Amino acid sequence: MMQMHDAKRVEITIEAPMESRLTAALEKAGVSGFTVLPVLGGSGRSGRWSREGQVGRGGMVQVVCLIRPDRLDALLEAAFAVVERHIGVIGVTDAQVLRAERF
Amino acid sequence: MQDILSLAVANLLTPMILCFALGLFAALARSELSVPEAVAKGMSIYLLFAIGFKGGVAVADHGLDGRLLAALAAGVVLSFALPFAAFALLRGMTRLGTVDAAAVAAHYGSISIVTFVTATSVLQSAGLTAEGYMVAVAAAMEAPAIISALYLVSRAGGQAEKMDPDLWREILLNGSIVLLVGAFVIGMVTGAPGLARIESFIVSPFQGVLCLFLLDMGLVAGRGMRQSRGVMSLGLLGFGVLMPVVGAAAGLAMGMALGLSTGGVALMMVLAGSASYIAVPAAMRVALPEANPSVYLTLSLGVTFPFNLVIGIPVWVAVARAMTGG
Repeated sequence: MMQMHDAKRVEITIEAPMESRLTAALEKAGVSGFTVLPVLGGSGRSGRWSREGQVGRGGMVQVVCLIRPDRLDALLEAAFAVVERHIGVIGVTDAQVLRAERF
Repeated sequence: MQDILSLAVANLLTPMILCFALGLFAALARSELSVPEAVAKGMSIYLLFAIGFKGGVAVADHGLDGRLLAALAAGVVLSFALPFAAFALLRGMTRLGTVDAAAVAAHYGSISIVTFVTATSVLQSAGLTAEGYMVAVAAAMEAPAIISALYLVSRAGGQAEKMDPDLWREILLNGSIVLLVGAFVIGMVTGAPGLARIESFIVSPFQGVLCLFLLDMGLVAGRGMRQSRGVMSLGLLGFGVLMPVVGAAAGLAMGMALGLSTGGVALMMVLAGSASYIAVPAAMRVALPEANPSVYLTLSLGVTFPFNLVIGIPVWVAVARAMTGG
């Protein structure tokens, strides 16, 4: 059986114009690995929205990070400082990864 | 008055406006019709390049005159000043709070480049020409309104995010401005011989591409309207129609004071009467995150943009004609 290691998966859904600020803050906090995904649409406190109704640099993106559990607090502090006043969602789930040295 | 009405009716029956209406209808009827995001982006790049290049060539043909700087300054002044008028109207006509009203006001001080592109096409069809540097005026009017909006918020004791260098760079060097101004400079440097080499690409297909682009804009506007039910009030709707008239009147005064041509006055009215829905919304999300994007996007894209396209442009052109005798 493959050796698995505990990790945390952090999903930050945020407005597209804030993406570069968030990723810069993550890098500054020592988080070097993350994945940015486009978000097609959804529903939240402000109602339903869809990427199709957006013009220019609008809409939302999702930044996904898989990190070692001991680095979670630093990541959340950095992320929260950026997203605090903005529309968005931060979720943390337990995960397992292969090749722990990469995280 | 009869002339203005007949021009407005004639404008309604152009392929461009009918394409926009088709997109609007399709979105409101929940059709699955859609223009792929990459195609829409490609078309907007084409339109900005073509309009910028042709503006540069016009300047190269007719030479620069002192009015270029005066027109740029007038555009910047309008962009700074119009948000104050918009803010006052919003506070009088609607129940919007300071932050939402300031965010909306920023959109109405800035400009809609698609409305500008459409207006140049209408002028061309009407046999009117405008000063080529109006393209540069359009670029200059994008950003100052954002500063006015942030001032309005801070004056009322509100909190705006710090305008850091990154935000300034994003606003002043946003893709539309870089492409528009860059193409304008290329057109100015290469002049008529440069245009002759790429004419078959940027002149003949222009109106057809604009039709498809406006089809997409109709879809976007219609979806925006659908998603924003409950946001609009009668006061907001009234503002979305009244503010373009106020802006166009200010643009008319500026254009006449500068002694612009009939086409130039019409374009100044179009710029001052239009509202941004690309550059300013992104800036507002960063600088005024508490402002409700549904309000300003629905107003600028769902109310003012269609109003300008269908009624505003032909009326502004007719008024400019009447005032300049063109």
